[in-house]
Amino acid sequence: MKILYFAWLRTTIGKPLEEITPPETVKTVKELLDWLPSLGEDYSIIQEKRDLLRIAINQEYADLDQKIEQGDEIALFPPVTGG
Amino acid sequence: MIRVQESDFDVGQEIKKLTQGNHAIGGVASFLGLVRDIASDEEISAMTLEHYPGMTEKMLAEIETEANRRWDLDASLIIHRYGRMDPGEQIVLVITCSKHRKAAFESCEFLMDYLKTKAPFWKLEETSEGGKWVDARDSDDTAASRWLET
Repeated sequence: MKILYFAWLRTTIGKPLEEITPPETVKTVKELLDWLPSLGEDYSIIQEKRDLLRIAINQEYADLDQKIEQGDEIALFPPVTGG
Repeated sequence: MIRVQESDFDVGQEIKKLTQGNHAIGGVASFLGLVRDIASDEEISAMTLEHYPGMTEKMLAEIETEANRRWDLDASLIIHRYGRMDPGEQIVLVITCSKHRKAAFESCEFLMDYLKTKAPFWKLEETSEGGKWVDARDSDDTAASRWLET
């Protein structure tokens, strides 16, 4: 599945998007957030800033217990600051 | 109508285009957001707005639909810019048109409050110490929460 990062998540992880293949046991947003830090040191920010993170699935805000599917577009980002 | 664009806009022109030919409109309210040169006592030389193309348009359209559900509006417009901007530049414009002023005022404020907490934009301020991502403010969440329907 495709995952996008924005703002300081993008600069810390060092890429705007990537293709990820989580194990089959990862079925929800919460499980995905638990698994992502295993991808490398730069991903530890996901654990550190977890309470701040916002998640979107297919460009809609998602809750932690929401299911993720193959082919979904996932996005992780900090609280928004537009306007 | 919503527009997400890099280029600047002309407020007068936008109001004119929105109201032209629609003589049911009795009141127009607008909010214009500008780039400031000071934030948290630090001087800002420029600001860059990042956004999530696709989701931004989707969220703005949802917010506008919700405003039209709550108020009887004859026309509305949201323009939000992205990219690098200097202090004084226009960032965001919300225009609401209605038969009477109350719906126009209220929906304009609603659109701004919702946009600030839901539309996926992030501000990066350039200061003498380098780039700084702007933190979200609790007061924005409070402002948006007063519109919750019970």
